[in-house]
Amino acid sequence: MAESTTRRAAIVGGNRIPFARSGTAYAQASNQDMLTATLDGLVARFGLQGESVGEVVAGAVLKHARDFNLTREAVLGSKLAPTTPAYDVQQACGTGLEAAVLVANKIALGQIEAGIAGGVDTTSDAPLAVGDDLRRTLISLNSAKTVQDRLRALARIRPGMLAPEIPRNAEPRTGLAMGDHAAITAAEWGIGREEQDELAARSHQRMAAAYDRGFFDDLVTPFLGLARDNNLRPDSSVEKLAKLQPVFGTGEGATMTAGNSTPLTDGASAVLLASDEWARAKGLPVLAHLVDAQTAAVDYVHGGEGLLMAPVYAVPVLLARNGLTLQDFDFYEIHEAFASTVLATMKAWEDEAFCKGKLGLDAPLGAIDRARLNVNGSSLAAGHPFAATGGRIVASLAKMLHEAGPGKRGLISICAAGGQGVVAILES
Amino acid sequence: MADWYTTFANSGLGTTITKQLGLPRPAELRRHEPGQPLLPGPVVVGSAGAGRLRDTVTAVLRDAGVTVQSPVTADGATDGEKPAAVVLDATGLTGPGDLAGAHDFLAPAIKRLRASGRVLVLADPPAEATSPAQAAARQAVDGLVRSIGKELLDGSTANALFVPEGAEASLAGPLRFFLSGRSAYVDGQLLTVTAADVPENPDEVAPLAGKVAVVTGAARGIGAAIAQVLARDGAHVVAVDVPAAGDKLAEVANGIGGTALQLDITAADAPQRLVEHLRERHGGVDVVVHNAGITRDKLLVNMDATRWNTVMAVNLQAQLDITQALLDADGLLRDGARVVCVSSQSGIAGNRGQTNYAASKAGVIGMVRAWAPGFAARGATINAVAPGFIVTEMTATMPFGTREIGSRINSLQQGGLPVDVAETIAWLSQPAAAGVNGQTVRVCGQSMLGA
Repeated sequence: MAESTTRRAAIVGGNRIPFARSGTAYAQASNQDMLTATLDGLVARFGLQGESVGEVVAGAVLKHARDFNLTREAVLGSKLAPTTPAYDVQQACGTGLEAAVLVANKIALGQIEAGIAGGVDTTSDAPLAVGDDLRRTLISLNSAKTVQDRLRALARIRPGMLAPEIPRNAEPRTGLAMGDHAAITAAEWGIGREEQDELAARSHQRMAAAYDRGFFDDLVTPFLGLARDNNLRPDSSVEKLAKLQPVFGTGEGATMTAGNSTPLTDGASAVLLASDEWARAKGLPVLAHLVDAQTAAVDYVHGGEGLLMAPVYAVPVLLARNGLTLQDFDFYEIHEAFASTVLATMKAWEDEAFCKGKLGLDAPLGAIDRARLNVNGSSLAAGHPFAATGGRIVASLAKMLHEAGPGKRGLISICAAGGQGVVAILES
Repeated sequence: MADWYTTFANSGLGTTITKQLGLPRPAELRRHEPGQPLLPGPVVVGSAGAGRLRDTVTAVLRDAGVTVQSPVTADGATDGEKPAAVVLDATGLTGPGDLAGAHDFLAPAIKRLRASGRVLVLADPPAEATSPAQAAARQAVDGLVRSIGKELLDGSTANALFVPEGAEASLAGPLRFFLSGRSAYVDGQLLTVTAADVPENPDEVAPLAGKVAVVTGAARGIGAAIAQVLARDGAHVVAVDVPAAGDKLAEVANGIGGTALQLDITAADAPQRLVEHLRERHGGVDVVVHNAGITRDKLLVNMDATRWNTVMAVNLQAQLDITQALLDADGLLRDGARVVCVSSQSGIAGNRGQTNYAASKAGVIGMVRAWAPGFAARGATINAVAPGFIVTEMTATMPFGTREIGSRINSLQQGGLPVDVAETIAWLSQPAAAGVNGQTVRVCGQSMLGA
């Protein structure tokens, strides 16, 4: 009979490869290549060669059909013991954090002692699909038994059927790009161009400074000649960003540019979680614990809510369950899908009508101390390989909390496609 | 793995051609492999002078399962198999007259020496002589050994150990090293041992079992070889290199069951971060190898301050700062700790275009000498290893002529391999090497430079 009590899962550390803008340094790398290299870097950092950890959980948002068992294949190609079980998850941009929550929950229940959560994505080596008409024709060609049947099947192919379907960063139910959705939300909340550019510039500057002082020395392992994220612009400034033309939204109100939106990015990340006992027995550190997590989804199709606003709804549920206020945190990690998303999220929490009307609260959650927000930069600087962002944030925040000393608390908020959001609390 | 010329010179056709043309005939060296016997044949042991070490030598050899032969007589009468090593105990020399005994013993014995043989001469330190005649005889050993080194063929080496009165217990470790395949590329060296409390190696196959070792600059070349050899000998290796080399570093760590620590050793907080890492992950450290080094060559008159300063920061200041931080961290540097600092032939001989590099590497020699007594007081040692021409990725990019000449101007007529440097460092890291302290061991095949 298993113990009925639960325990908090420890975050031991993490590893990621530097993130690369789509079509650059990792143009020839597959998801499996990147995830395997990331696991091997983690193995080297923590001496896990030949070790069978309880489970490896990871995923990719854009995935080839051949990668049906992506994580297990990456494990088999890594220095972990081949007896390490693995499975794939996918929750859009929430994949990485959701994977960490899944691993943490199994540790909390005593089902495993240690596990690795990760994520990987490439938009350079993205899968191409053939259109449904051609696909059906090819399948019937394959099952045809006579020459005549085969010729008949081939005769159905038309030139127009040959164009491949390229995956787009668009919502299937609205046909709008994620940026277009974000632009609608930005307009609704009156998010200005300048504050977006300020947030973006600060993200670049802070991440560059963090690299310079060695903060990422034990969080990143170089890959294919890249030692730092190649989207990072240490000399980014509001003045430079102000020169860019808007790419999302329309007319006068268009404020979102390539500078204050994350670019398509390739990369991978992994986080090592464990029970305190396992970490102690291995002489490994406990940077922080994963305290609790919450997901939420919004009806962005018919319900009038913004596509990326789900974390706004998830956080108050999480706070209430843990008896905390929004101000009870030393660090806030709000994923910078777009600068406007971060700003709209905070604005919504400060808005009395929204908090009462939509979130069902008695009072607004209130403002957060901007000095505690994304203190070592976030996705606008690093880039955003969808499923890899959660692992990047979890490992970085755990290290920040550890450096700040015991009893410090951090909040993670990640928005995801499909109107979803994953949020979590870490504590040192 | 031998270089292309060595392979060629040892092939059928290559043997004929190189002999006919009188070209260098480098031998394939006998290198250490775990589990192999200390020597592939017997050792002939003799003495000149009183010879107070002969019994110790015989006991060490018998322990290692090596057959000890009596001296070959001057008329050439032999005693069975050809020897794999010749050991002369020349302690107790009173004056030059006693050296005739050295000649009488060595000449017939060396004549029968096998390929990759070893000649080792044990003597009293010249500096401790009580008369000019005694000092002269002791110092004569220096010239004798260096000359033998230059006369030996087929990958054989000659070295000397100066063993002061009272330091007899320190002899076993160095004796085994100089006879073994670990010292393949160590030739023409004169090393002084000191009296120390010498622990036994726990195991001759894994002499570093249970030890935690740090190796800087471990991502490639000599550093990677050091990490591999220390791990082979039983140590858990913390492989350190700059973050930009992290992928290669992870490969090295994963290949040896070690751990990777990405750290710029010249960063202001690097010593503290290393200390914290070692304390948190391992509770302490037994072996520290300061291997990280860079070159920024330029003639002195053309050298800018950046070239000078970066070389000094990496090659010398970081070694000083990290060692000091480890000494200061209470209880971190475990009893019997071993620190090995990589110097260079350039630090001994100087090198055109390398004023910065040579200065930094000479500084390392001074540093270990100065620190040695303090280390001895805590049962620890600190030594330097000075590689000569070692075949690495770096030398592969040298022009053909420069590379070929650089690799041939030594008694073994070939460049050394990274593993040769690593073997010497691994030996200095052993518990049984407690009596070697403050020394600089050259791994240069008896290079003509700086000798």
